[in-house]
Amino acid sequence: MLALGAAASALPRFAVADADTDARFVLVILRGALDGLAAVPPYGDSGYAGQRGQLAITALDHRLDGLFALNPAFGNLYARYQAKELVVLHAVASPYRERSHFDGQDLLENGTTNPLGKRDGWLNRVLPALPYHTRQSEKVAVALSQNVPLVLRGDERVGSWAPSQLPAADSDTLDRLADLYSSDPILANRLQSALSANDMAGGGSAMGGGTRDPLGQLDAIASAAGRLLAPANGSRIAVIELTGWDTHANQGSNEGQLFNRLQALDRGLETLRTSLGPAWSRTAIMVVTEFGRTVAVNGTRGTDHGTATCSFLVGGAVAGGRVVADWPGLAKSSLYQGRDLQPTTDLRSVFKGVLTAHLHAKETDLNQRVFPDSSSAKAIDGLIKA
Amino acid sequence: MTIDNVIATNRFGLGARPGELDQVAGDPKGWLAQQIKGSRPSPPEIGALPNSAAVFRVYEESRQQQQQSKREAAVADPEEAKKKFMAVRKAVAPIYLDQVAARYEIAVKSTESFRERLVHFWTNHFAVSADKPQVVALAGTLENEAIRPHLAGSFTDLLLAVESHPAMILYLDNQASIGTDSKAAKRFAHRANAEGRKLGINENLAREILELHTLGVNGGYTQADVTSFARVLTGWSIGSDRGPLAAGETGKFFFRDNAHEPGAQTVLGKRYAEDGEGQARAVLRDLAKHPATATHVATKLVRHFISDDPPPDAVTRIAKVFRDSSGQLTEVHQAVIDLAPAWRPEFAKYKTPHEFVVSTLRSVDLVPPKPQQIFASFQLLGQRPFTPGSPAGWPDTAAQWDGPDALLKRIEWAAQFGDRIGAKVKPLEVAAASLGQSLSDRTRTAISRAVSAAQGVTLLLASPEFMRR
Repeated sequence: MLALGAAASALPRFAVADADTDARFVLVILRGALDGLAAVPPYGDSGYAGQRGQLAITALDHRLDGLFALNPAFGNLYARYQAKELVVLHAVASPYRERSHFDGQDLLENGTTNPLGKRDGWLNRVLPALPYHTRQSEKVAVALSQNVPLVLRGDERVGSWAPSQLPAADSDTLDRLADLYSSDPILANRLQSALSANDMAGGGSAMGGGTRDPLGQLDAIASAAGRLLAPANGSRIAVIELTGWDTHANQGSNEGQLFNRLQALDRGLETLRTSLGPAWSRTAIMVVTEFGRTVAVNGTRGTDHGTATCSFLVGGAVAGGRVVADWPGLAKSSLYQGRDLQPTTDLRSVFKGVLTAHLHAKETDLNQRVFPDSSSAKAIDGLIKA
Repeated sequence: MTIDNVIATNRFGLGARPGELDQVAGDPKGWLAQQIKGSRPSPPEIGALPNSAAVFRVYEESRQQQQQSKREAAVADPEEAKKKFMAVRKAVAPIYLDQVAARYEIAVKSTESFRERLVHFWTNHFAVSADKPQVVALAGTLENEAIRPHLAGSFTDLLLAVESHPAMILYLDNQASIGTDSKAAKRFAHRANAEGRKLGINENLAREILELHTLGVNGGYTQADVTSFARVLTGWSIGSDRGPLAAGETGKFFFRDNAHEPGAQTVLGKRYAEDGEGQARAVLRDLAKHPATATHVATKLVRHFISDDPPPDAVTRIAKVFRDSSGQLTEVHQAVIDLAPAWRPEFAKYKTPHEFVVSTLRSVDLVPPKPQQIFASFQLLGQRPFTPGSPAGWPDTAAQWDGPDALLKRIEWAAQFGDRIGAKVKPLEVAAASLGQSLSDRTRTAISRAVSAAQGVTLLLASPEFMRR
């Protein structure tokens, strides 16, 4: 498409994919604290119906086992579960134990035990340790947003892409800007990364009107993610962020506000699966949020900030069809600080399980550089098909 | 030759307008200092807009009508329900667009753009987000009704005005937060149709006041403080003339005595006796004077004017002035002007899309004629006005704005803008009038070699020195 794009594509490229560099990983971050007890209701827990009152999910067509079901919004995800491509995790949490969204997200993404522990993200720090290191990092990892979320920020250059309603700038102007930026490495790198991502996503325009619903563009984003990840020389790691999960008031139960959002998420993940085509079989998608919500309903038919929640691991490469949860129970005495679902699984253990088995990262790298001081959080085995 | 005039107009102000660099050159600091003293009449652009109570009524009436017709048609069809929901939005959408147009007309035309930047700064500190339906057209009224009138007053008054504003109360759900031992909760429990539902508190407003508006996340409060402060705040609500909660003046702050949790509460170790509405005012007054609040506010100001990594000395200095002056904002803002590192010649701050668009429009003195045109620029560049999406407000560090795709979008927008305005301006003159001595030789050369005026404008706007301040 552009002069710069052409120059970039003339650089060495490894067209022949092999098993080691074929794996795709997508991280979906739900910002605002997803209510795990609504997304994956523990209907078989004797405390659930009573504690949850009018917010308890009672439409239980998507039963996973005698204890858990998927929210009725998750029709496509349930099909993935039946196809043994979905692992549902529950009572998970990052090491964060306070209740600020913003610190919670920072810690989830920086991979430490402190919101200010690091200024870069664990998914950026892991890049040099992956078998793709012979390729330009901005072609390996891409954020499906205009700006790069913390989890993917850092020393390694990464790409970013978002739907655009603007006409593309002409290549002559872009060449002149590349020259103008030659004494400004930050802008020069950003421009080059953007152009290569734009080439691969198939251009930016014609994505339709921007809708107000924060999940409204998820279909466009998921399609583009598939196009970026599917090719043999395409990206291998993508991050998608979705806001709007902070359901303090009127969150609904079998239908309503949260149901609608979960349904949009379910559809978006299905779009991503379709868009990936055959590459789906080599893909693992992880859906995470910064923390969960209170077990009890608050005074405005919603829930306040809590602690543990659920998480999903889905994809053709996932050894699925099961729930991974060391269930702490919802009895009042079992709750964290008497109000929240007690965390029993460290999210870092899940990340490590995926990064080692799927992306072939070394556990020593993960314990030291990627998730500093995390050796107590052992990788969970068996999440990925052998 | 100094570039203090460039810094005053671009780093402190919202970007130099044609001729402004020369006007300011004699006394850049004096130009800034006179802007932060005293009150100003409400800008005429705002006078034409409906106030928060009027906006609230428009929203409520439209919502009631939709519910009425929904009941009559007994529609269970989700598509139909969605349409009705969009119709409610439509009722307030024109007001929102007019507010956006007014805000940016003021920003482009202002001859006191440092003051205007501070208005934006405080609006962002006390962020509400217009992506919540009830708040769509209330968000703009918070800036005009609670921020502008208190810009040269005390932080305490600013805080009290913001937390009792309908936009904040509705955004953080406090209108329906009800004390479990309040009269309303007890009466509700006896209702036949209560169906086991209990009225109770919602922690949202209490938590965000502590975490974001005053002490800061490490300011030393606990979950117990959040909960007891939430009880203190019960009753802080909005008047309404309909339904079971009909009381007070519609759309205005209203203290619902019957929703207030009775009794004393302890917040941050201090006991606050029962005092109805006054109980929360007492807590807010103490929070405003708390040393952690001084440090929290100082850190954000220093980050905004000096660097993404706020230098500790500068933070200490501003926090001291904040404490010593009991949060008198004119003194605090003056202390920012007086910080030596704020005058470093390097442009350390990467412009947000908001700053980028406003400084562009100021450089050529252009206000797009249609509200939709103004709105579209911010939408395309990823910063729709009044929609930070969370109570933390828009981020104020480059890492959240300088993504590769964001840069490309900015370039594409600049190209479109260049096409539109190129024929009417001389790019080198615009560059000189906007960036003065900080225009680099490299950028000047690139502009002078451009194939068209349109391309020249694009290169200026996308240049490293125009992208930063």
